[in-house]
Amino acid sequence: MSAPSRRGVALEAALRARRDAGAKLLVTYVTGGLTPDWVDYLQVMVEAGADAVEVGLPFSDPILDGPTIQEASARALALGTTPTGVLGALAGREQPVPLVVMTYYNLVFRAGLERFAGRLVEAGVTGAIVPDIPLEESGPWEQAAAAAGVAAVLLAAPVTPDDRLAELCRRSRGFLYGVNLMGVTGERSSLSGSAAALARRMKAHTDLPVVMGFGISTPEQAAAAASDADGVVVASALVRAVLDGASVAEIGDRVGALRAALDRG
Amino acid sequence: MTTTTGRAAGMGQPTATGRFGEFGGRYVPEALVPACAEVEEAFRAAWADPAFVGRYHDLLRDYAGRPTPVTECARLSEELGVRVLLKREDLTHTGSHKINNVIGQGLLTVAMGKRRVIAETGAGQHGVATATAAALLGLSCTVYMGELDMARQELNVFRMRLLGADVVAVRSGSRTLKDAVNEAMRAWVSEVDTTHYCLGSVMGPHPYPWMVRELQRVIGDEAREQCRALLGGTDPDVVVACVGGGSNAAGTFAGFVSGSARLVGVEAAGGSAVGRGVPGVLHGMRSLLLQDETGQIKEAESISAGLDYPGIGPEHAYLAGTGRAEYAAAGDDEVLDALQLLARTEGIIPALEPAHALAWLARSARDGSVPAGSTVLLTMSGRGDKDAEAVMGILGGSAARP
Repeated sequence: MSAPSRRGVALEAALRARRDAGAKLLVTYVTGGLTPDWVDYLQVMVEAGADAVEVGLPFSDPILDGPTIQEASARALALGTTPTGVLGALAGREQPVPLVVMTYYNLVFRAGLERFAGRLVEAGVTGAIVPDIPLEESGPWEQAAAAAGVAAVLLAAPVTPDDRLAELCRRSRGFLYGVNLMGVTGERSSLSGSAAALARRMKAHTDLPVVMGFGISTPEQAAAAASDADGVVVASALVRAVLDGASVAEIGDRVGALRAALDRG
Repeated sequence: MTTTTGRAAGMGQPTATGRFGEFGGRYVPEALVPACAEVEEAFRAAWADPAFVGRYHDLLRDYAGRPTPVTECARLSEELGVRVLLKREDLTHTGSHKINNVIGQGLLTVAMGKRRVIAETGAGQHGVATATAAALLGLSCTVYMGELDMARQELNVFRMRLLGADVVAVRSGSRTLKDAVNEAMRAWVSEVDTTHYCLGSVMGPHPYPWMVRELQRVIGDEAREQCRALLGGTDPDVVVACVGGGSNAAGTFAGFVSGSARLVGVEAAGGSAVGRGVPGVLHGMRSLLLQDETGQIKEAESISAGLDYPGIGPEHAYLAGTGRAEYAAAGDDEVLDALQLLARTEGIIPALEPAHALAWLARSARDGSVPAGSTVLLTMSGRGDKDAEAVMGILGGSAARP
């Protein structure tokens, strides 16, 4: 088997470089296949200052997602979206920032771990977030991803005890994803009280970029959440806007506002 | 109490990571790992504690009405040419085997110092049972139920509310049992400190498949002794039960797996995870699942809301793989026929779920794959009241059959 050609921007190196240059990291999200022109949303996110973009591969049973991403996943699937279709669309355009897929384990498992990792590489995707496998089950996927050159990003939660956190830090690649709150993805009116404590614990455990997500909706929340971490993921708030009909330019403006708030600190 | 560690032929404990062979495990978000570990630790301690086990069996006796009888079915036996014994879980309080599990998990909730339970339900039987145990033990209770199932099982929705539970309509996905599980798991993440997730079948993340089987093994343990008393010390030739997630079958099989009885689980033809499923990961477990070639979960389709699930408990997937149990399917039409057959010959109206096991038995007795003269134990997992309206809607006024 010949090694696939190396494409895409390496996740950890890119995020470290940005962080070490003093920037707070902005990771945005779009559900793959959400609209026929979904790649344009991805493109404008990059142009407006995202440091990496997560692309959701929609799954029929997204147990860690709230109503917004559930709706987006259902809409994308109803449009006939498949992992192959999403990855094919990504392969068509080289991006200057890392691309990371977020999906559920059954899509990885069904394809076969090695084959799935290989498809990501072919599409120029350099990281993957699979939130429904904990440390006890993620070993085989971590190995397959590492062998293919894909960063398997692991997630820590507010209830993660210190010994597990140390293990997560040791094994996560690309960055360490801090789940701000005990709950599912989705917009919230205020930032979770558990976010800052988790961010500080993560930072104390690792030199990996530490990025916080879940429930970060506004530029103000993004700046606040980033203050104890290296950056933030903003997903549902952007997806909600797309679901409500926001144009590509409007999404660009929103991402630009998030970028500006993070740069102001 | 049986806690064998053998993994070859029996139904012992799963491995330390909750595996039955390749199946099982604990595929949950990081946020739920401590909660699953807490449930496992609490159940291990409770199940080894004579006081807990004593209280569980006292409640099963004094509140739920155990032991349930084994009924010899003279007229049905004559009709089918095989000797049919029914394990009568339909005679328990709340009318199905689900009560065995919820009494156990209710007591466990109290033992863990929690005051609230959440549950998913398909047909509504597990929801009613959970609401019942919650009322009995003074716990608050929320039940997640697919909108489609709420329409199919209106009476059970009312019963749950009468028992003091909140019933939350789930409008995502196929609006049936699988989506109710999704929503219950989402809710659990956000209130895991105070709330126990009272899962209703031998599915989900470790320790649920093992724990729920242990809480249901009272069916098989009782039935084995009852059969031996009736059959001169021997086990039946065939032991059969319906399978959605598979809790009544797992509890029944647990009593017979170390003997020589042929074990048969019967799925709904439209939800046959063993027949048409492939390995995958859903709801915290690796098991056999109905899914498309990209890994999207397919919707099960059955006349029975309780069997309308695209997966199967991981221990059943394991038993199917080893061949110790076999799994068959029954279609809606033959299920309706079997329901009427039992009603007419024995005066027992079964729930649609165990009517699947009856349909398989009727077919197998007639085609000789269960030989004439065989002795068969069938777990009558629930009574038919909840389905009467739906069945009436299908059969109309012409329920009388030739």
